[in-house]
Amino acid sequence: MARVVVDVMLKPEILDPQGQAVQRALPRLGFDGISDVRQGKRFELEVEGPVDDAALARIREMAETFLANTVIEDFNVKVES
Amino acid sequence: MTARIGVVTFPGTLDDRDTQRAVRVAGGEAVPLWHRDKDLKQVDAVVLPGGFSYGDYLRAGAISRFSPVMETIIEQARAGMPVLGICNGFQVLCEAHLLPGAMLRNTALHFVCRDQRLRVETSGTAWTADYTAGQEISIPLKNIDGRYTADERTLDELEAEGRVAFRYATGGPAADGYGNPNGSLRDIAGITNAAGNVVGLMPHPEHAVETLVGTGRTDGLGFFTSVLKKLVSA
Repeated sequence: MARVVVDVMLKPEILDPQGQAVQRALPRLGFDGISDVRQGKRFELEVEGPVDDAALARIREMAETFLANTVIEDFNVKVES
Repeated sequence: MTARIGVVTFPGTLDDRDTQRAVRVAGGEAVPLWHRDKDLKQVDAVVLPGGFSYGDYLRAGAISRFSPVMETIIEQARAGMPVLGICNGFQVLCEAHLLPGAMLRNTALHFVCRDQRLRVETSGTAWTADYTAGQEISIPLKNIDGRYTADERTLDELEAEGRVAFRYATGGPAADGYGNPNGSLRDIAGITNAAGNVVGLMPHPEHAVETLVGTGRTDGLGFFTSVLKKLVSA
């Protein structure tokens, strides 16, 4: 079985207050030198059968219609071996 | 002859009972609708109430948007049936693309619960005809994912077409409920579709329909009387 990973991130122009809160906490914890943090979501899909072009097209459709809200988010699909 | 207003219950919906009561207080017949049921029981309008449908998993409204009842509601809304989305219901309408934009986590990352001053920007919708444009009302607000967001082009289009239905009123002290509570772009609290039958907003009119409870104000009652008048006269 192959694993396909879908990463979903807020679009660059969308304010991410959760990422900012994480970034602001870092120096207090002794982690310096991080100028920006943005928080996203990662979906790990275990795919039955071959991950061919048709399967990837369906997964992109899934990401577009459901896993991501493309009004505010971008997504990226990659196959893990 | 009165109108039948459907009120949808999803798993995790909180405000369905208050919404049914608001419909009855306004003089309508409230019809409970179940998320798994495609049948709208011949209602004349539908309210999607607030809460945390499907636990807000994935994104608020993202899973409920694909429920069987929504299939019929989306179809009927496109055909002109009045639909009101309150809070989580507004999020569902955005996820269903019946309204443009999306809701994000409040800028301050806090759950906000307070009486909110709103300016009604248009009386030209099925749900706001009993208000006058520019009128200020005060109704409860309670959310953490209430930051309305859309791209600049969409926002300009909404403004140009008079489709910003409600704005957070900012002309007074926070103690009196003034101010933008969640970082919504252009202080937008609610919007309408071009036809005026689909309206969504974050604050809760259904919690402000009787003097006995809450703020003692009935500023939210007009939503329900507006749609009933429209349906009965139709």
